[in-house]
Amino acid sequence: MAYKDEKLHEVKVFKDPVHRYVHVRDRVIWDLIGTPEFQRLRRIKQLGTTYLTFHGAEHSRFNHSLGVYEIVRRIINNFKDREHWNEKNRLLCLCAALLHDLGHGPFSHSFEKVFKLDHEYYTQQIILGDTESNRILEKVYPGFAQEVADVINKTHSNKLVVSLISSQIDADRMDYLQRDSYFTGVSYGHFDMERILRVMRPIEDQVVIKSTGMHAVEDYIMSRYQMYWQVYFHPVTRSAEVILTKIFDRVKFLYESGYHFKLKPTHFISFFNKEENLQDYLNLDEAVVHYYFQMWQHEEDKILSDLCERFINRRLFKYVEFDPNKMMNSWVTLTQLFKDMNIDPEYYLVVDSSSDLPYDFYRPGEEGERLPIHLLMPNGELRELSRESEVVEAISGKKRTDHKLYYPLDRLEQAKKKDKKTVQQIMRILHGQGDV
Amino acid sequence: MLTNHTKIMHFFSIVGEVTGRKKLQKMIYILQACGVPFEEKYNFHFYGPYSEELSLRIEELCNLGFIEEEKEEKSNYFQYHYQITEQGTQFLKQFQTDMPDFSSQAHLLLNKSSRFLELVATMLFFKDLPKEEVEKKVHHVKPKQNYSPDEFKEAWELIHTLKQ
Repeated sequence: MAYKDEKLHEVKVFKDPVHRYVHVRDRVIWDLIGTPEFQRLRRIKQLGTTYLTFHGAEHSRFNHSLGVYEIVRRIINNFKDREHWNEKNRLLCLCAALLHDLGHGPFSHSFEKVFKLDHEYYTQQIILGDTESNRILEKVYPGFAQEVADVINKTHSNKLVVSLISSQIDADRMDYLQRDSYFTGVSYGHFDMERILRVMRPIEDQVVIKSTGMHAVEDYIMSRYQMYWQVYFHPVTRSAEVILTKIFDRVKFLYESGYHFKLKPTHFISFFNKEENLQDYLNLDEAVVHYYFQMWQHEEDKILSDLCERFINRRLFKYVEFDPNKMMNSWVTLTQLFKDMNIDPEYYLVVDSSSDLPYDFYRPGEEGERLPIHLLMPNGELRELSRESEVVEAISGKKRTDHKLYYPLDRLEQAKKKDKKTVQQIMRILHGQGDV
Repeated sequence: MLTNHTKIMHFFSIVGEVTGRKKLQKMIYILQACGVPFEEKYNFHFYGPYSEELSLRIEELCNLGFIEEEKEEKSNYFQYHYQITEQGTQFLKQFQTDMPDFSSQAHLLLNKSSRFLELVATMLFFKDLPKEEVEKKVHHVKPKQNYSPDEFKEAWELIHTLKQ
């Protein structure tokens, strides 16, 4: 029997708190799960620093990847014998679903920002490079790894297959909304996925939703909207991300300035020099990063040790809502006052905008911009969701952006003992008026 | 402060009005691919390279009153027009960021159709492939667009000019 058709003697099941069970019958899938590249995802948290806000959010990219695979497996089961669906694409879809996040690194959002990297690039590199995952995929047939990489990269010619893995209502989003909701413990994020799966229809180049299922999709859009504001954009998590970014910035700066580290940033050096290779990338996980942070608390450099201590002990920055338009004139004064207090504004006065975060909202969009969710009407016509649903239209039109200014309140409180007047002036600017 | 926002405002101060979100997306992508240091992250989507980060950043600039968005209803979709406001210009003056001069490239792109810019952006997305492979790949991912040999020729010429 060809490797691609090989089945396990019996279905293997992973107990899963979101989907109850994840079922694996294909040998290829089972082998991919066992690779070091996929196992590494156990050591990368799905929600990065969110565990500092919601203590339950310790789940990993490994959990999520299995979840996405399971949802795609169920969708495909429903598609069997439907027009436009070709069963030959089954394994391609399952592999792409399983491996779609393979290139995520530790605290990937901050890490990528500072080192100008892209986890999607690394997903491609892992699938196409000299790895065990690549060898398994190429055993299916030569060129299969490239096809999987193309589906994940959204550059595969079969748009229907691509839209299963990545569209505005795809398996990826359906899994992470439910999983993140479960592990954070919030009550938003729930929707009737079984109903959505039943009303999904494959057409020539995309997956659409039968119009009778519109209300289930409305629920999904509402969950997504609430999860963004309540979990993903949570100001405390953003504070931790700000500190994390500033740690990476500081280490990079110190390395480039020839600073003598007590613990040399060995795992990061190739990234500083922009000569990292795939193995350097795979060697990093969150345990490694945490080890450095733990040790760097004892560095001579006050900024690095302070930032690491803050991150490890959750001594985060405080924040105020920030309107760059209104603060335009006082910004220069504020940064100067920080310098006067010997607090470096480069590291301790940080504006964070919603566009700095990696999550996205539903967008109806204009023609040719980004594929929206389409409803399949009884007459066979396709209608964009927000044209039919008042709920979705209302959400789509809402103001969805914000800016926050992060600063170390504890440092200001300490400094107040020495120079009350300056600190009061800072606080007046930050809050409009007031005191600490 | 808001360095990446400032770069986008700088772009608007150069080109004036941009009509169409797709056009805006592709213009920034093409300029970025040609070395202009815009930081927005792009992925490949149904219609070519697209940046959710840019969409959100534009929305932020509109909410701040730095960019003006005008929505026009078309038969089956909405079209959007963007330009910098007086307040945006003032902010830009105060927080000017270091950017190379890209005005001639930007104006060159502004005069092109969004369909054509989609072609150029898609070709640049596959810039690591050999030239003949790039055209094959574009036909592969965009079979419905039916780009002609003349359009490819014009696109290669434009890429060459932009990179000079």
